[in-house]
Amino acid sequence: MSDAVISNDFSGSKASGLSGTSRGAYLRLLVFFIGPAAAVYTLFSVYPLIATILYSTATTDETGATHFVGFGNFITLLTDATWSAPFWNALRNNFIFFAIHMCVQNPIGVGLAALLSLPRLRLRSTYRTLIFMPTMLSVVIIGFSWQLILNPLWGITSGFLKALGLGFLFGPWLGQEGTALATLSLISVWQFVGIPMILIYAALLAIPQELSDAATVDGLNQFQVFFHVKLPLVMPTIGLVSVLTFVNNFNAFDLIYTVKGALAGPNFASDIMGTLFYRTFFGNQLQVGNPTMGATIATMMFLVILAGLLIYLFAVQRRMQRYSF
Amino acid sequence: MQRKISALSVHIILLAYTALALFPIVLTLVNSVKARKAIFGAPLALPTPSTFSLIGYQKVFSDSAVMGYYVNSLTVTVVTVAAVLLIGAMAAWGLSEYRFRGNTLLKLFFAIGIMVPIRLGSVEILKMMTHLDLNNTLTALILVYTAQGLPLSIFILSEFIEQIPRDLREAARCDGLSEYSIFFWIILPLLRPAMATVAVFSMIPVWNDLWFPLILAPSGGKQTITLGIQQFIGQYIIDWNSVLAALSTAIIPVLILYMLFSRQLIRGLTSGAVK
Repeated sequence: MSDAVISNDFSGSKASGLSGTSRGAYLRLLVFFIGPAAAVYTLFSVYPLIATILYSTATTDETGATHFVGFGNFITLLTDATWSAPFWNALRNNFIFFAIHMCVQNPIGVGLAALLSLPRLRLRSTYRTLIFMPTMLSVVIIGFSWQLILNPLWGITSGFLKALGLGFLFGPWLGQEGTALATLSLISVWQFVGIPMILIYAALLAIPQELSDAATVDGLNQFQVFFHVKLPLVMPTIGLVSVLTFVNNFNAFDLIYTVKGALAGPNFASDIMGTLFYRTFFGNQLQVGNPTMGATIATMMFLVILAGLLIYLFAVQRRMQRYSF
Repeated sequence: MQRKISALSVHIILLAYTALALFPIVLTLVNSVKARKAIFGAPLALPTPSTFSLIGYQKVFSDSAVMGYYVNSLTVTVVTVAAVLLIGAMAAWGLSEYRFRGNTLLKLFFAIGIMVPIRLGSVEILKMMTHLDLNNTLTALILVYTAQGLPLSIFILSEFIEQIPRDLREAARCDGLSEYSIFFWIILPLLRPAMATVAVFSMIPVWNDLWFPLILAPSGGKQTITLGIQQFIGQYIIDWNSVLAALSTAIIPVLILYMLFSRQLIRGLTSGAVK
């Protein structure tokens, strides 16, 4: 049985011991098993995505008829100040949102994973389960809960800071232009830190004990073992976590919408691509909905996410493979 | 001695972080059963007989729609997970068991959906649902969520199917079982542990999603609980009892489910199923 021949041959069903199955029956088999998934996935996921990208080259006039405008919408989005100012603002905010995730979520995730993976740690699974819990809840619940906690009316946060002698630091963080985006980013970090923690924890457990034993025998202390032996080995997982964070961040919407509404206030200070897309597509108090420009923004989001994925696949992952076993 | 101190400091750090992770949830739950005065007067105190009050819950559940939202969320989640598991397992079997031209390409085609968010196609999804007259129906949500959940489901289940010993299917074939019987009677039961993982992974984003309910089914009593809570709180934002009770009603079922399934979920995450 030569695989090379069989994989290129429909009737080569011998590979699976299907000798005697006719070509037609084999085809029916494939359609039966793969057909439903392929149909649902193509119709409701792939087709809408492609159609949206194509729709970004159209515009509608007053009569509702669509015209082809090529890259016209993109030129408008990037050069017409009424469109480009919000677009660049949302894109910049989205990169800040992502940067805060990378700088806060990953180190905390690594730190917690390192502690959890210590040998002979008691209550390990209890800590793991409890710390992961916020990740499971809806962003809507998390957003509202933090909105209440940070609300000056309730005084929980200001009370805490006062108890620590830091009362002067408190302000209506979610309401100020300078702090709203950072506060929202940190709420999101707080919720999703469980994902890097669990994935890196799993990667740390997979490292053979002999490696750290050998390093200890060579005279490295626990910290050195972690930073020089273990951390380089879990870099591929940190890379994976980063790309997952990137995709999720550039697709985020729920938290900002829940806490700040579609206008992503104050004065669009917390506006990111997801909220800009929603506002443009559906309209709001300030503008009527514009599906073609909505499709254009969605296409830009797709391109940003695609760029991130490609950078990960070609640059980051390739370099990291050198470290893997 | 030194080892003891370091173990203690590890526990202190982990305890402190656990407290930080649970604080907002506990605070919401505790204050949801207190009278308004106590919510503001002593937010950190546990309810006492004199401050205990269920007024918020009464308001939430007197809004008769809330129960309906639960039923909607439950329907959408259960049907989606069932569909993702069944047709996902069928496709995983078809793709990993049978060799045919384009097999690898088809796998790649499905893999795209793991990384590219389906949200980006929302403009056309809405258009299509309007065409099909499915706006404000649960069917629209189920179709979209099934399409969203399938890629990861197929990916995880394929990996699992490849670990099932080949002899098993060959023996069944020798016994004259049809391919359909082999799948439904032999493979599907063996997939149960992997299906539990897939079920948890596909359930959470469906139950928690705000985007598609907001776009496809924002009114007409077809809201899911996540959207329903969001709208309810928007209306009652100054009534803290109702807000806290509404949040708690949304938190509690997820907490119960998480306590039941956290082992499966964490095992799924740590076994590298999502790599």
